[in-house]
Amino acid sequence: MANDNQGFVPTVLQDAINWAQKYSLFTYPFATACCAMEFMSTMGPRYDIARFGAEFPRFSPRQADLLIVIGTITERQAPVLRRVYDQMPDPKWVMAFGVCASTGGFYQNYTVTPGADQVIPVDVYVPGCPPRPEQVLDGLMALQNRIQEHRGHVQVEIGNTAAIGYTDRRRLPVMQDGTSMALTEDERMPRGGRTI
Amino acid sequence: MAESVLTTLHKHHGDDAILQTASYVGDEMALVERAHLLSVMQTLRDTPSLAFNMLTDLTVVDWLGQDPRFEVVYHLYSLAHKHRLRVKVGVPEGEGECWIDSVSGLWWAANWSEREAYDLYGIDFRGHPDLRRILMYEEFVGHPLRKDYPQNGRQPLIRRPDAVPTDDQTTRLLTHSHDRSVR
Ligand code: SF4
Repeated sequence: MANDNQGFVPTVLQDAINWAQKYSLFTYPFATACCAMEFMSTMGPRYDIARFGAEFPRFSPRQADLLIVIGTITERQAPVLRRVYDQMPDPKWVMAFGVCASTGGFYQNYTVTPGADQVIPVDVYVPGCPPRPEQVLDGLMALQNRIQEHRGHVQVEIGNTAAIGYTDRRRLPVMQDGTSMALTEDERMPRGGRTI
Repeated sequence: MAESVLTTLHKHHGDDAILQTASYVGDEMALVERAHLLSVMQTLRDTPSLAFNMLTDLTVVDWLGQDPRFEVVYHLYSLAHKHRLRVKVGVPEGEGECWIDSVSGLWWAANWSEREAYDLYGIDFRGHPDLRRILMYEEFVGHPLRKDYPQNGRQPLIRRPDAVPTDDQTTRLLTHSHDRSVR
């Protein structure tokens, strides 16, 4: 219990709110690769994530409060993931499902983002390729503990997205200091190709 | 049947167009001179006894250090005669030299395959209707499947401002400063 300096009633009220929050996590499955199969299994009757109040996948990020990043995130897809995350209302939580979403996994190459935490803040990492449903439930329970104990996020971004000027060369061409991150005509790929 | 594909091909084209042929356990290959590619392909598709009406695959091999450096490989199949042929064409790497004629006018299936080969190997398919990148993003510089492209040569579109640099995965795990313990 974090709020030692508060009175009894606010503390108990906060506990009740946290309790309500942790058992009503609406998930948004950002499923991109093979891990999604294991997510289906986790959702299904045998492992039944509904026992933990997270049974209701919302296919709009605007109605979700737990973003589950399931599978490989490519560099090309990373801006999409960021956009999905930005659309979620607070309070929002992120679970990296599988090693691909956690670290890039064995895809150490030019095309895969080495972990969803390169793009968005992550609260729970569930290792495994793919993780077994038990591990996912374990991760979910760890997140629920965190919510109940009111410990906040694991990774916190400084300011909100609009203020931090994160490096999206496509959608935010002008940075905070006025410099442009957009590619100039020279930097763009010429039609005939180019080597580096 | 097995011999006759290459034999028929030899009847139509001389040694200046067909540089080399090979046949091994029913696996036919013809190495074609780049300037004659389109006429050879036309023969392969339109001669009734050959009738290669399907381009099953188009890919590229990068023989770094050899000349010509690239080898474009076409896998052809005839639905009528049920025979296959592999056509290879050498493509040198130099600036302005790394080109080959597009066969998308003969097989429409070549369209995206050629875009992929252009994207990953940087080969200019002349006469292609829409030669753009297909897998990598437009901002990407270079061609990642070339052997001299660095393996970890990421070109991120977006990063969190406090994202840990990730040239080397081991270093990343050791220096990761975020608190990963959740409980
Ligand atoms: S962690 Fe393994 S199972 Fe999951 S998306 Fe990556 S490769 Fe597929």
